[in-house]
Amino acid sequence: MPEQAVARQDSRETLSFYVVGALFLIVVPLLNVLPAEDSWLHISDFRLNQFGKFLAFAILALGLDLIWGYCGVLSLGQGVFFGFGAYCMGMYLSLQIGKESVYGSELPDFMVWTQVKELPLFWYPFKNFIGGFLGAMLVPMLFATIFGFLAFRSRIKGVYFAIITQALAFAAWLVFNRNETRLGGTNGLTDFKQLLGFRLSDPSTQRGLYILTVLALAASYMLCRWIVASRAGNVLIAIRDSESRVTFSGYTPWKYKLFVFVVAAGLAGLAGMLYVPQVGIITPAQIGVLPSLEVVIWVAVGGRGTLIGAILGAVAVNYGRSVLTNYFPEAWPFILGGLFVVVVTMFPDGLVGMIRKLSDRKKTPSPLIKAEGSTAA
Amino acid sequence: MTDGDLILNCENVVVDYDGFKALNNCNFSVHYNELRVVIGPNGAGKTTLLDVICGKTNPASGKVIFEKGVNLVGKNAEDITKLGVGRKFQAPSIYGNLSVWQNLDLSVKRASKGVFPTLMGRSSPAERERIDETLGTIGLSDYAYDRAGSLSHGQKQWLEIGMVILQDPLLLLVDEPVAGMSDKETEQTGRLLTALSEKQAIVVIEHDMDFVRQIARIVTVLAEGTVICEGTVEKVQADDHVREIYLGRAKVAH
Repeated sequence: MPEQAVARQDSRETLSFYVVGALFLIVVPLLNVLPAEDSWLHISDFRLNQFGKFLAFAILALGLDLIWGYCGVLSLGQGVFFGFGAYCMGMYLSLQIGKESVYGSELPDFMVWTQVKELPLFWYPFKNFIGGFLGAMLVPMLFATIFGFLAFRSRIKGVYFAIITQALAFAAWLVFNRNETRLGGTNGLTDFKQLLGFRLSDPSTQRGLYILTVLALAASYMLCRWIVASRAGNVLIAIRDSESRVTFSGYTPWKYKLFVFVVAAGLAGLAGMLYVPQVGIITPAQIGVLPSLEVVIWVAVGGRGTLIGAILGAVAVNYGRSVLTNYFPEAWPFILGGLFVVVVTMFPDGLVGMIRKLSDRKKTPSPLIKAEGSTAA
Repeated sequence: MTDGDLILNCENVVVDYDGFKALNNCNFSVHYNELRVVIGPNGAGKTTLLDVICGKTNPASGKVIFEKGVNLVGKNAEDITKLGVGRKFQAPSIYGNLSVWQNLDLSVKRASKGVFPTLMGRSSPAERERIDETLGTIGLSDYAYDRAGSLSHGQKQWLEIGMVILQDPLLLLVDEPVAGMSDKETEQTGRLLTALSEKQAIVVIEHDMDFVRQIARIVTVLAEGTVICEGTVEKVQADDHVREIYLGRAKVAH
């Protein structure tokens, strides 16, 4: 019975959520702390930190999956919202450097050598952690509200929306690159020392940040799960399948699009906020057109329209990159591009689709998205 | 006809597509609980007429009075849906990646269809019962949890009719429901529409004359954007003007 098949799929996903969650939350940090450094079980501080980064990316991917995978609206500007979150947290961290900076000034280093004498007004809220935290969440969401309102209300959709968001990513990149923006220009914000009094160079701080990222990812996943399982989640899928029909069922599509766009922006901001203290730097190169496109590839590879797929794709592609760039640094863009082409043409449901197809082969047809009706873009 | 019991009254409606008048001073009215069939050659403006009523197309001039004096012209589709006009499109227009049940659940008439009420909303037992009942009416009880995209063409058409019924429309607009259906499916659709017309007014656009004979009480003939004849099937088929329009063209009268 299909109903049972869906239920089985659900309980299987819940089970794997707990298993994988416990693995990342408890087992991985323990393997970092307990085994001797030369043991094959040992996970180095470097690896742990790297996983933390990947899991932050997974939060970003979840947001894109919500708007693209479920609602069919392709946004090529998620990197911008990630950047807003990252920069807000970065500004807080920059102000925490204090006298430890290279020039020994209370101002961040880049301000000293760009001859900024006083802290610009818009930096003030980031003097304390609450300001940085709220900024990292609210700035992307507020911006997405305004941008999304203008775009969705004017019924900009499909390819046009994708192009506009790409233009947004490019514009943001240009603005953040300028020294006059007072955000460190091309060099961005870096050289952070401490977060809430914890030294960022300390492995235990990084371990804490890693655990925090796992928890944030779990919370984000549950939030998305809840949205997707609600009736509003069905409306999102309905919009993807047949937007004009949704109007005649009495719903206003643009309001739903705006809602998920803002949620996705919030998730991107959260991801950016977690990324900065773990990676230790944020520059315009990490928020422009290319990083935004990469998110699309993660989701496509993992399997769009499945939340697990977004997480899986983000982690797998980034892990693949870290391994492969060791051996073929120059070939990575080609590998990534090739991967995208292969997935889109041969495995439209991504890794998750492949796994489900294999495990369901003799049981029931998979209830995954079938290529039908209007697809994204 | 008295004006008092009209559910819909279109007055002098003009739709102009860059000089081509899809509707040209069209006057068309429907009574409560009436099952009206609209026929006419290709390009007569039948679908455009439904588009105007449900808010998909804005007329250049004219009035569309719904119920007691509400002018639908200028209102958007969502608001017209809320007032009680349901539209079944020509091509089956359902949500292929949702289950049949979910398709119906989304369509149920509810106080608010805003984002947050919908996010929090759970189907009440009464609503579930209503959906199950509708599943029975449209003959899809056995397919409730199937992906709607996997249904046959005829079943998709019924599903969409079911979706429209659940909006509790006072007026149901149905565009060529039996195109592409088998004879048996056509007959079932006819019975379904006849049964529904006991509760609401229905306007059906159709080409299939056998089907028209099965369901119609009054037929309206549309040509070149205006109503040229209205009456029983026999009267319409005997009309010289109608014969002239269809001559050598369609399969209408025989």
